Amino acid sequence: MTSTRKDIIAQLQKDMLSLQGFKPMADDNGVEIELGPIKSAFPNARFPLGAVHEFICNGAEDAAATGGFIAGVLGTLMQQGGAALWISASRTIFPPALKFFGINPDKIIFIDLSKEKDILWVMEEALKTEGIAAVTCEMKEISFTASRRLQLAVEQSRVTGFILCRNQRNLSTTACVTRWKVSSLPSALPGAMPGVGFPRWNIELLKVRNGKPGTWQVEWEGGRFRHVLRVAAILQEPQKKTG
Amino acid sequence: MHKRFVTIWFRSLRTDWFTTRQPNLQNMPFVLALPDQGRLVITAVNELAKAQGVDKGMVVADARAILPSLQVLNDHPELSAKLLRKLADWCIRYTPAVAIDEPDGLTLDVTGCTHLWGGEAPFLKDIITRLKRLGYHIKTAIADTIGTAWGVARFGQDTPIVENGGQASALFLLPPEALRLEADVVERLYKLGLSQVSKFIAMPRTALRRRFGQQFLKRLDQALGLEEEGFIPVQAVEPYQERLPCLEPIVTATGIAIALERLLGTLCHQLQQEEKGLRIAIFKGYRMDGKIEKVEIGTNRPSHNTRHLFKLFEDKLCTIEPDPGIELFILEAQRVEPVTPAQQKIWEGARGLDDIGLSELMDRLACKIGPNRIHRYVPDEHYWPERSVKTAVSLQEELTTAWRVDRPRPIQLLSTPQLIEVTAPIPDYPPMLFRYKGILHKITRADGPERIEQEWWLQQGQHRDYYCVEDEAGCRYWLFRSGHYAPGKSYQWFIHGFFA
Repeated sequence: MTSTRKDIIAQLQKDMLSLQGFKPMADDNGVEIELGPIKSAFPNARFPLGAVHEFICNGAEDAAATGGFIAGVLGTLMQQGGAALWISASRTIFPPALKFFGINPDKIIFIDLSKEKDILWVMEEALKTEGIAAVTCEMKEISFTASRRLQLAVEQSRVTGFILCRNQRNLSTTACVTRWKVSSLPSALPGAMPGVGFPRWNIELLKVRNGKPGTWQVEWEGGRFRHVLRVAAILQEPQKKTG
Repeated sequence: MHKRFVTIWFRSLRTDWFTTRQPNLQNMPFVLALPDQGRLVITAVNELAKAQGVDKGMVVADARAILPSLQVLNDHPELSAKLLRKLADWCIRYTPAVAIDEPDGLTLDVTGCTHLWGGEAPFLKDIITRLKRLGYHIKTAIADTIGTAWGVARFGQDTPIVENGGQASALFLLPPEALRLEADVVERLYKLGLSQVSKFIAMPRTALRRRFGQQFLKRLDQALGLEEEGFIPVQAVEPYQERLPCLEPIVTATGIAIALERLLGTLCHQLQQEEKGLRIAIFKGYRMDGKIEKVEIGTNRPSHNTRHLFKLFEDKLCTIEPDPGIELFILEAQRVEPVTPAQQKIWEGARGLDDIGLSELMDRLACKIGPNRIHRYVPDEHYWPERSVKTAVSLQEELTTAWRVDRPRPIQLLSTPQLIEVTAPIPDYPPMLFRYKGILHKITRADGPERIEQEWWLQQGQHRDYYCVEDEAGCRYWLFRSGHYAPGKSYQWFIHGFFA
């Protein structure tokens, strides 16, 4: 009896998802983002592709960490040979560094604009275009209406969009499927060796539609995400003077 | 198809122009004159003055003696050429092929054009009435050859329309000047009493050649259509061009859009059949007042997709000012490149920089925000970070060298390094503390230094010693010291980037 009820609820949840524009990923060529335990937070335990993700960051350090995380995800998305767009007002992304995250920087087209209005227009046009792997967009903040438009655009084309809000004053409601906050964590090298280790981030999933938000520590190592146990971060040996 | 040519003869090109500029000249005899060896020589005469016996080549003083009320205006030597060029552009409404016939005429290749005006007679009538409205008095003729049309326009007494193959009979009664001969040949002909073409047209060719030279025979043959005559149009006729004349002048944006859509439809159909795609296209509107409105688009990849090309034009259509109305639309494909349907199928699923959807998106973006806002980078062989990438010229540009991953590079790079305050043990240790934007960062981990030398052949200055550092909060930075430590010499520390 309970099992049938569970089935019914699961079926209903699936129906709700598809009504909300989240189609099952049958046509995404089996692309799967290896995010380890983070995946359990998503509906169907898969990173939502063909959706718009929102990232909150304050300051250049956060922007760098968020950029790294997006680049890691983008690297997997672009493995099929697709091109990506990077739209921003004051771009500081250094293309050669993207190679560390498994991206061919020459496959990314950078679009530099000064007006927020133009950025939104380009973003929407790009999200409507099938055949692009992903579109990343740096902007000050995004309103609910704008995010709704972008979500409607991706529902047609199944393109994945990333929005980096660099100056969100208040966390208003948006139609984006997730909201993330990525910040840097002190790195560690095995055996307490001196020097800077692999990039390590604290990833907060503040909001995910039909999923469970949470916080994880992740390291980018050898071209893939590796989950770092929180204990490891706490048990880090006392700070060492280098040199 | 038989070739048909129209010649337009401006009987008084420059005086007509002066009259349009100064309407009060209309009712008075006036001449244009140029100084020549210390006297003013008449170069053009209007109808009223001509009726009084004033003629070209007279000295102004003599003409004044005949007609004391004569107005004399300064002539511009290049005026004729300029006016003819303008009028030739204007005449493109009748045919794409218009040639200038110095000093006072135009030649139009109207093969297959006249039926659009309902026949040859209405066609000529339209030319005459429209040019008259602009203030020019002209004579025209239409014939199979330029030579015959030229002669009939200038010397013909009756109908200006010479039927197919009727050159000989049309020329029969004309004087020898009608054959565009040199002055001395004409004089010789008159001396011999050959004052009409009919008197020598039947003579043996050898005799004619002996007396009047090869040029004379050539002109005769050209007029009769036995020899081809060169024709140099003022605007090269584009092989891919579509025209849409309008019955009523178009003034609304909707009308312009419909015109564009129709032209694009036919042009794209033609391109598709020939397996070609356009790279550059120009949409022109010929306004009633003689001005030409233009819109130009370019694409990244040859395309004959009507919908896509229409979208590219759509954003720019609002710049067209129809003012009094547009009566002719022309769409030209200035650059056309081959595109094979097989290739197109491959690109549809290419999912890369070759993707059709992507290149169409790029076209749209370039149209709206300008191509200089779109960048793509390829690696360049320089160690200096600012020079390690260069902007790619096109979407298709290949890499000449691989991306380097052997040295750490920050994901965010400041466009110009910013000065920071640093506490660092010398000589080559990484800093212990640094202050950036008023915030103190205590460094816990560091890598480096990586020395990057100036490329002296490009730029002079200090080398840089780069360090990757991590502060207590876990944020990672790229710092460098500019120059060596040296006693009494100042060195500076900069922040240049942020690692992920």
